[in-house]
Amino acid sequence: MTETVHRAVDEIKIGGVGASRRRVEDDRFIRGRGTYTEDIVLPGMLYMEILRSPVAHARIKSIDASKAWDIPGVRLVLTGEMAAQRNLAWMPTLSYDTQAVLATDKVRFQGQEVACVVADNPYIAKDGCEAIVVEYEQLPAIVNPLQALAPDAPIIRDDKEGQHDNVCYQWEVGDKEATERAFAQADVVSKLKLHYPRSHPSPIECCGSVADYNSATGKLTVYMTTQAPHIIRAAVALVAELPENMIRIVSPDIGGGFGNKVPVYPGYVCSILCSILLGKPVKWIEDKSGNLISTGFARDMYFDGELALRRDGRILGVRFHADTDQGAFFSDAQPSKFKIGLVHSAFACYDIPVGHITARGAYTNKAPGGVAYRCSFRVTEAMFFQERLIAAAAADLGMDPAEFRRVNLVRDDDFPHRTPFGFLTDSGQYEKCLNIGLDAIDYKQFLLDKEAARARGRRLGIGISTMTEPLGAGNSREYDILGIKMFDSAELRVHPTGKAILRTGAKSQGQGHETTWAQIVSHELGIPAEDVTVEEGDTDTAPFGMGTYASRSTPVAGAAVSMVARKIRAKARKLAAHLLEVSEEDVEWELGRFSVRGAPQRSVSIQECAMAAYGNMPDGMEPGLENNAYYDPPNLTWPFACYIATVEVDPETGVWDVLRTVAVDDCGVRINPMIVEGQIMGGLTEAYAMSSMQFITFDEQGNCVGSNYMDYLLPTAWETPGFELHEVVTPCPHHPIGAKGVGECAAVGGPAAFVNAVMDALSDTGVRNIDMPLLPDRVWEALTERRDVSGAPPVRSE
Amino acid sequence: MTGYLREIRPETITERRVTLTVNGEQRTVEIEPRVLLAHLLRAGLGLTGTHIGCDTTNCGACTVLVDGKPIKSCTMLAVQADGHQVTTVEGMASASELHPVQEGFRQEHGLQCGFCTPGMMLSAMALLERNPDPTEEEVRWALSGNLCRCTGYQNIVKAVLWAAAKLRS
Repeated sequence: MTETVHRAVDEIKIGGVGASRRRVEDDRFIRGRGTYTEDIVLPGMLYMEILRSPVAHARIKSIDASKAWDIPGVRLVLTGEMAAQRNLAWMPTLSYDTQAVLATDKVRFQGQEVACVVADNPYIAKDGCEAIVVEYEQLPAIVNPLQALAPDAPIIRDDKEGQHDNVCYQWEVGDKEATERAFAQADVVSKLKLHYPRSHPSPIECCGSVADYNSATGKLTVYMTTQAPHIIRAAVALVAELPENMIRIVSPDIGGGFGNKVPVYPGYVCSILCSILLGKPVKWIEDKSGNLISTGFARDMYFDGELALRRDGRILGVRFHADTDQGAFFSDAQPSKFKIGLVHSAFACYDIPVGHITARGAYTNKAPGGVAYRCSFRVTEAMFFQERLIAAAAADLGMDPAEFRRVNLVRDDDFPHRTPFGFLTDSGQYEKCLNIGLDAIDYKQFLLDKEAARARGRRLGIGISTMTEPLGAGNSREYDILGIKMFDSAELRVHPTGKAILRTGAKSQGQGHETTWAQIVSHELGIPAEDVTVEEGDTDTAPFGMGTYASRSTPVAGAAVSMVARKIRAKARKLAAHLLEVSEEDVEWELGRFSVRGAPQRSVSIQECAMAAYGNMPDGMEPGLENNAYYDPPNLTWPFACYIATVEVDPETGVWDVLRTVAVDDCGVRINPMIVEGQIMGGLTEAYAMSSMQFITFDEQGNCVGSNYMDYLLPTAWETPGFELHEVVTPCPHHPIGAKGVGECAAVGGPAAFVNAVMDALSDTGVRNIDMPLLPDRVWEALTERRDVSGAPPVRSE
Repeated sequence: MTGYLREIRPETITERRVTLTVNGEQRTVEIEPRVLLAHLLRAGLGLTGTHIGCDTTNCGACTVLVDGKPIKSCTMLAVQADGHQVTTVEGMASASELHPVQEGFRQEHGLQCGFCTPGMMLSAMALLERNPDPTEEEVRWALSGNLCRCTGYQNIVKAVLWAAAKLRS
């Protein structure tokens, strides 16, 4: 106990909420001292390489591995037939489908895993793969869902009993009849069809694992690139039939995830099986081509929809159909009730009375698709279609697109607001965000400049995108993966000297959890952030959680951090009352310190309470100061964003340049503004990438066009435009500190701003749509031929 | 044939002796000619700060300096580095002090997942060696051989300009 009056703790100074605290993680990364999966070396470790199918659809007639076995240093050649003997040739996916681990009957996409070789070093393992002779009998390949769903299409998933077509799922939501009535009353109906191209999240680090089965103890330890270690542990227990307590999944530093590192991949399973068979650690590190052609793709979705409009600009109803190309296996992780993710969050920011959505998934001869690439389960596609259709509708009505949005955006006093598809949005200042964006870009002046430029033959354009999206899956009533509810967790241990260690069920891949979680503890307890160590990713030590994707860390795990810290504070209050010799009701809390009501000079710090928890607790109190919290959010969080881009299109070449990009993000309370802005700029870059260059397509034989970084274009510092960021803060009403998700917002809402801007520059041509990416040749074709340009595969192979 | 020599058929030679200087320290190793410099640094010398991203010289995660010039070590054979000076991220900081480029990356939040960071910083270091006062455009051009998927580059550019200012002062 201290008898002097203490100055209040300055939360920013101790690195609490609101501090742009420099990142803890950086100390090791800038020295090259991170530990990524590829950096892990275990004694006696062997190296695995995967042989992949060169063709997209074929029956396997024979596999001759004898020459591979003859190479000195080759320790094991594993084929599907051998895996089948262990009941491991197939595995269940996170979406109630099955996926081949190693092909036994057919290969169903180019790059599919056919065999693997384990050797003394990776070079010999590659030699082994080259020595395997596989005889294929080629079958016709399908690379487009409309081809796949045609009546005479060959059945891709003939392994599945009762599968007589290529339909993967069908789904429907909304009120069909009421929507039909709304369309019957419409003055104008605006229609749009588009394809959101297939893309690969493509973190710079590829996938990989180091499996270490200890035959003496029976314990399996797997170091791997996973965004969701606990889900993987459960999946491995089910697939490999090992007891869950004998499986330890460790997710070390991850070189970017973006959704690519959520699914369970055959390579992980093979490395585990090889380690069990050989009794030695087995390392598998994918090369870039392997990563780009075989692991979780995203998007690849075909929209056809319409808005029912009143002449004055009000939207009366919306309906659309979506076809998704799932590839050969439905292996992306969607919440089990929502086969097409949260696509029905489309149009959530607009006040629309009714709507109806139908959706269908198709199997094709492409790698498994549909992962949530910087995205909450298909919301990226939903918001893109929404904002493209909104722009088209404004044009059809002859209305200014900003004004058209203003007329239809949900008003501030309208919350909570039920969307036509059943979501409950709870907070936001939509019009304020739009106004800030318009002011920042100097909207009126730009329209004048645009007109003046047109008179001189130059084509300028402006594109707006406004959206709210559901982040932070989820609440346990509605969201689960494989039956496990989508809560998250945190465990906090405060040591006797008032330092602490925090563990959560999330897993950072660059988001900076080691920095920001400590800031939340600091905010709740007044312990300086630098005194709080954060650990994640080891299932032996971290509490059970669903991992990091879909911008759910801060909404769910971050909330759990707050809640566990509050439990600690409640116990510390009892300790303080004991130390101050007053009743608990007479103890008052200010950040970092308890004092006696009416006598603030009598106080104890949180650190003194911590010491008392181990050395001077009251009679009957359990010693120690640690706890955990499992947080089941009452709702999703609903950040809002307004992105505005201006561009100039060169009519001679179809090349377009970004002039300015303005982003207004309302993600509620910002824990670390510096990190939030970093997330937004990263998302804007992916948005620019999607709209301008980044896509993967296929020729009619099913060859992946974009299987390496020479063909799959990602923007560099040279192409990437500069970004101007603005903020609005509407706290989330149900999150303990008022935060909302943010990691993906700009990648979700951004693409439509760039595309709408280019389309605006072409507004006099009658062109309604150019599919992303807006490559110069596509823009040029639209401009010169005055027609829409589709980007759907197959592309011509010559 | 003098009798002092024993002729060997070239195809039977599996290893080559390579001597190179890595972060100021001379190292001599025997390796297969097909081994890439990135693999020698990582697996052979345990310098795992050099990352491998794409195998095709596009992403730049494996960038190291060879005689002061940024080189993609995933497409350079280790034997080609014989007799040369190699600098990796582990050689940037002194025992007591970070290189200003490293400090700039931390100050300006120029990294998120950290995977591209070593290569990015080495490219930046090479730029500042030859151009101590670059414009934003010059920084963007100099880093255009290094991909980052997290940051959107804006803070990386700021980090390099921060380091340039620090180095000049």
